[in-house]
Amino acid sequence: MAFMTFFPPSHYGYGEPQDYKLLPFRFDRRKNGDYLLTNEAGEFYILSPADFDALTSHRLIPGSEQYFDLKAKHFLFDGESSALLDLLAAKYRTKKSFLEGFTKLHIFVTSLRCNQSCPYCQVSRQGEEADRGVFDMSAEVLRRSVELMLQSPAPHVTMEFQGGEPLVNFDLVKNGVLLAKELNQSRGKQIDYVICTNLSLLNDEHLEFCRAHKILISTSLDGPEYLHNKNRPTERGKPSYDVVVRNVRRAQEALGKESVSALMTTTNESLNYPTEIVDEYLRLNLGSIFVRELNPFGFAVKTAASVGYTTEEFLDFYKRILDYVIKINKSGRTFSESYASMVLAKILTPWPLGFVDLQSPSGAGIGVALYNYDGNVYASDESRMLAEVGDYTFRLGNVLENSYEELFFGETMQTIAAASCNEALAGCSDCAYQPYCGADPVRNYRSQGDIFGNRAVNNGYCRKNMAIIKHLLDLVIGGDDDLQRIFWAWINHDDVNRMGLPV
Amino acid sequence: MAQKLTTRGIPEGFLTRTLGRVTFHPVNGPERSDFFLGIPRQSALAPDVDLTGYAGILIETGAKHAISDAIKPVIRYDDISFIREGYILGIEPGTGQTRILYRPESGNNTIFSTGRCNSNCLMCSQPPVVVNDDGIVNEHLRLIALINDAPASIGITGGEPTLLGDGLVAILSALKEKFPNTHVQMLTNGRLYAYKDLVSKIGSVGHPDFTSAIPLYSDIAANHDYVVQAQGAFDQTIRGLYNAAEHGLGIEIRIVLHKQTLPRLPQLAEFIYRNLPFVDHIALMGLENMGYVKANWNLLWIDPVDYVGTLEDVVKYFFYRRMHVSIYNLQLCVLPPKLWAFARQSISDYKNIYLPECTKCDLMNRCGGLFLSSEARHSRGIKALRADLSSEAGAETFGAV
Repeated sequence: MAFMTFFPPSHYGYGEPQDYKLLPFRFDRRKNGDYLLTNEAGEFYILSPADFDALTSHRLIPGSEQYFDLKAKHFLFDGESSALLDLLAAKYRTKKSFLEGFTKLHIFVTSLRCNQSCPYCQVSRQGEEADRGVFDMSAEVLRRSVELMLQSPAPHVTMEFQGGEPLVNFDLVKNGVLLAKELNQSRGKQIDYVICTNLSLLNDEHLEFCRAHKILISTSLDGPEYLHNKNRPTERGKPSYDVVVRNVRRAQEALGKESVSALMTTTNESLNYPTEIVDEYLRLNLGSIFVRELNPFGFAVKTAASVGYTTEEFLDFYKRILDYVIKINKSGRTFSESYASMVLAKILTPWPLGFVDLQSPSGAGIGVALYNYDGNVYASDESRMLAEVGDYTFRLGNVLENSYEELFFGETMQTIAAASCNEALAGCSDCAYQPYCGADPVRNYRSQGDIFGNRAVNNGYCRKNMAIIKHLLDLVIGGDDDLQRIFWAWINHDDVNRMGLPV
Repeated sequence: MAQKLTTRGIPEGFLTRTLGRVTFHPVNGPERSDFFLGIPRQSALAPDVDLTGYAGILIETGAKHAISDAIKPVIRYDDISFIREGYILGIEPGTGQTRILYRPESGNNTIFSTGRCNSNCLMCSQPPVVVNDDGIVNEHLRLIALINDAPASIGITGGEPTLLGDGLVAILSALKEKFPNTHVQMLTNGRLYAYKDLVSKIGSVGHPDFTSAIPLYSDIAANHDYVVQAQGAFDQTIRGLYNAAEHGLGIEIRIVLHKQTLPRLPQLAEFIYRNLPFVDHIALMGLENMGYVKANWNLLWIDPVDYVGTLEDVVKYFFYRRMHVSIYNLQLCVLPPKLWAFARQSISDYKNIYLPECTKCDLMNRCGGLFLSSEARHSRGIKALRADLSSEAGAETFGAV
């Protein structure tokens, strides 16, 4: 006794005329005249000018491929399915869920002293022999800072040691890690440990401690010998290249290849050597490179004239590096550029990405907090660099004077938060690339004197990120299957040779 | 290999529908009432064996064993050679209709929860019936009680199992209680999962290894509703999928590949990744030529060799995104070799066949074969593959097999 009567598609409204509403989306013209549409959940779609015109004037034909695509991707809504709106809400919630748990990255500046003297140094550094009593973190400040980190609601935090150079006083690193483990026993958080170091002072004791406590090493490598030595001389003007290379290898051997990563800072000299820089990373068997531009912070501003360049010059350099890195992957070697990997994950996945330099609400204070050697707490690394040149705008308070609530929900934090959502910033709120981009009130303040910033005039953050996001979107949209395979290997942190269908 | 699951006998003295476990060796003690004692043609039972107290005596025509009229209930069959020790049977008192409900050696045992369904899919292989099946839950509980050794897995199918409501919860609880390590997979349209109280009750059973396999046929509501012939089904299933995820139920998405689902299959894949990225597994399934499919053949059939390009794109889409994806019901010879790693031996043993051509194929053991119902109507791409490199299919890659 079956029900052998079947109703036609039209009975269910399939392809039937519908009134539709537009859901929130943003758009931009592509080079060829087509429109790129993006929505809050980070989904995108391309329309011809004629179809775009039809969409916005409510003349798109129900039952056409574009109509169905735009409906399924939540660009239009025709009332046929109420569950679809809930899906959009769920997707948006998921994309923003990096906010759950609040501050995750906790930076400890255990010492301001450093044995190198890089012209672009982003922090006001002190000499290696400077007064430990003044420029190193006291036991009391260290303890209180660790307590504050553990007070963060996040179940998973990263404790990152910066400087100065953390290895000039390794006892502080050691004590910090041991203290965090001890105090965490009752809290049960997962804690990742990272030491940002130039590696020049690395010894076996450091390595043994890192191995025992699964501490990751993040170092700086600016490229081949000539370039690295020029960018990163020691205090006495001596070259630092040989020792970095030697110690990267040592650390890889002791801790495993995955535990050692490097980033490079771009100077005007670097611009001439995109392929040579990448080759240097490959030679050292590093799995990725993080290409960073000079930030207008700390000492860098003073020396901008000697090491600086325009945003356009940087972008051209960045694209040349990216092209070369893609070529390397095509030849079967897995190697990624970290910034691109993160932007691609934002474009291509439904998952959230907590990357403090490129998120909305911005990372400052919300994703990252910095405990300075003197007990001052800042909303970010850049906030403390400003303070080192005398501007305390983004100081949240002091670990010895303020409670967790005062630090993280105080007036300064409220001010930062008000300018931290690109959804609500002029020039961002209607930008097609907004779902993949971020906000940086600290940088806006530093470069334009206003935490909200002005995207219409020479805003380096905006110009750089928009250009990189656009470039990656062009590659995603126009790329062949081979490029998709490479991009997904980067996103998945997987071997590019294992990405293809198994045979 | 295909296996007969039903037969009919001439019953005597059965008062109600009766379940029992088959044995060919006399059983002593009170548990005797759980058993059907089988007396085959070549019975070696002692002539004076006590036949009282069994759930029933199964007698094969030609059995020499003398049975007193006082022994009840009995049922006489022409042939019981396909019934083995340990099988659990259900016998109808009036008609003698007999169904094998459980076979210990099979990996494909299922609890046929109900014949009723709230959808009426164009390609349903097991069309729904309107029936009052009050009491069926007790039969399922009885079946679970009769199973001896823990099976590796057991299915729950229908009809639509969620129509049993609290009865389904009782079945899951019983399975968890008796066989906590048995994987349970339930085929459901997920529509009633839109009701949070049902999902919450199922969730609180806390079964450690329970998967709901839920079909989703389109990213467009009306298209899905048309395929399942039920207005509003898409919305219910979507809400159901979210509720199931919220309560920690394992979820597999099932997509039957046919003329009504293939045109937007790539878009459906993207819809699943973007909106339902939490699902554990996606099964892309070839059509079974049963039930409504015979009637709707022209509305549904596309030869798999004509859609393998789309299939490859979609498998790759999920694979790049690290979502688990499988191909069910399609033969290796109709698939490009790079999809072979995704093809599963998915056809239940009792309706699984291989064609004469298959016996010449070097990959027969790795291949899932065909549905019994596909014997006459199947892909034009079926052909024996040879391990030597001159074979046209997979010439480049066969060495890696």
